[in-house]
Amino acid sequence: MLTESDLQALGLTLQVAALTTLILLLLGTPLAWWLARTRSWVKRPLAALVALPIVLPPSVLGFYLLVLMGPHGTLGHWTQAMGLGVLPFTFAGLVVASCLYSLPFMVQPIQNAFETMGARPLEVAASLRASKLDAFFSVAVPLCKPGFFTGAVMCFAHTVGEFGVVLMVGGNIPGVTRVVSVQIYDHVEALEYADAHRLAAVMLGFSFLVLLALYTYNGARRREPGV
Amino acid sequence: MSPLPPCAPATVVEAAPAPGLQIQSVLQRPGFTLDMALALPANGITALFGASGSGKTTALRVLAGLEPQAQGRISVQGDIWQDSAQGIFKPVQQRALGYVFQEASLFAHLNVQGNLQYGFKRTPLRQRSQSWDATLELLGIGHLLQRWPNELSGGERQRVAIARALATSPRLLLLDEPLAALDAARKRDILPYLERLQTELRLPVIYVTHAVEEVARLADHLVLLDGGRVTAQGPTAELLTRLDLSLTQDDNAGAVLRCQVLQHDDADYLTLTRFAGGELLLPRQNCTVGHSLRVRVAARDVSLTLHHQTGTSILNILPCTVTALAAQGNGHIMVALNTHGTPLLAKITHRSCQALDLAPGKALFAQIKGVAILYPA
Repeated sequence: MLTESDLQALGLTLQVAALTTLILLLLGTPLAWWLARTRSWVKRPLAALVALPIVLPPSVLGFYLLVLMGPHGTLGHWTQAMGLGVLPFTFAGLVVASCLYSLPFMVQPIQNAFETMGARPLEVAASLRASKLDAFFSVAVPLCKPGFFTGAVMCFAHTVGEFGVVLMVGGNIPGVTRVVSVQIYDHVEALEYADAHRLAAVMLGFSFLVLLALYTYNGARRREPGV
Repeated sequence: MSPLPPCAPATVVEAAPAPGLQIQSVLQRPGFTLDMALALPANGITALFGASGSGKTTALRVLAGLEPQAQGRISVQGDIWQDSAQGIFKPVQQRALGYVFQEASLFAHLNVQGNLQYGFKRTPLRQRSQSWDATLELLGIGHLLQRWPNELSGGERQRVAIARALATSPRLLLLDEPLAALDAARKRDILPYLERLQTELRLPVIYVTHAVEEVARLADHLVLLDGGRVTAQGPTAELLTRLDLSLTQDDNAGAVLRCQVLQHDDADYLTLTRFAGGELLLPRQNCTVGHSLRVRVAARDVSLTLHHQTGTSILNILPCTVTALAAQGNGHIMVALNTHGTPLLAKITHRSCQALDLAPGKALFAQIKGVAILYPA
């Protein structure tokens, strides 16, 4: 069965993915809200920037992050000034990189849900004495639940599947930055095909189940009249 | 101006807050400007009437505070909602209003009870004047509480939306074409509830519509909008009969009278009523003496005669004076009449007009062939 280092890689992967999903839920939601409702000219450039990780080769993103977070990069200067050291090849660095890499997968579904909902339910809520923040939590969040669910699931699954960015920013440190995809790469490099197969099968099954759950959930929600 | 009492204090007394609704607002949009100055009564239903694109809904949104770019001054029963000159703008949630949108806009994630409670529990206790049970009873939705919005008919949805707005104990109720999305049968279902709003709640209502029938049936006060401007405002009965306004162009043009029941004649199955300008015999009404009725006299149901006819089947013959005439095309003339101060309309042919030699000031008799009872007010 899976070796101890395989299990360690799996555990680390889940940790990174869970933490990334949590952080992006908190940071991506306000960003999605702003993108969905603004009429500012900044909207399009910012939306393009958010979507960049979808089309950019992970190695390119990883390379820039490595330079930025490194001892001579802008981010590196800040983190060192704050006494945090440098982020590349650490767990924290891996999470920061994952957050950028998975940002569009969280933001876009939530933004779409907000846009589909439109302003009307919020106007209704305001006419029923709800403040903006109150209306956000009592109307927008429940009405956009499928968007949040899709965003969280896609973000989690996408983070689990990252490879190029990890390799550039995190390297291959067991228990710190060696995630499943890197572990599989190691197995293949070492010609341990049986080990690679087992881990790859776990990933395949996981990915399929995640997508199946997503489609089942979203398919069960039919469009209802009302707002 | 009444003269000051002899012992009036020398200090300037703060002017009492203006009653009713005072609205002065300008909203600029590319290709459209809304510019309105309205003084509306503190009770009864006011209709905002106009074609689509005339700015009725925008006017309602400005009043509600949903168009923050609008500049001007809005005071509702002495409460200042907006005064751009002083930098005052109350956000929607701080205005004591109920807003019913064209589509019912019920929250899909809440059942009927949850929808109703949404605003109710957000209304401070000391502001709650509208009881929960009374609201349910008024709109007849007590049996729907556990249903979901997608399980309701269009009419039920709209009733829940109205109840949801009332549950916040508003001081002003805004209805944006609440019947527009409903078919004729559903409209008939919901109209009585709207009428009960007026008879049972002392709450000013502003009602946006483009249907003359709804204006005639519901509105006490009328505001006509065209291209973002107010073209006329005043009592409905008066505006419905003004030949210079578009309302009299409608096929269903007619006058609205408020009648009081004097007596019933059970033998002939008739009810005698009195309105400001005379008496009117109606088919037997199922209501008590002294009750008020709203009656619509369509222009096409009124014929004119120079002499009081005898030997006619027509029961209601009223002495009138012609106040104005307007040609309507197709050989028809709309005649505005006045019977002891109450305006009436008659639609006659051009030939009859010439035969009777009609002109403003001419005295004659209006024969009313039939009336529509709009509702027991």
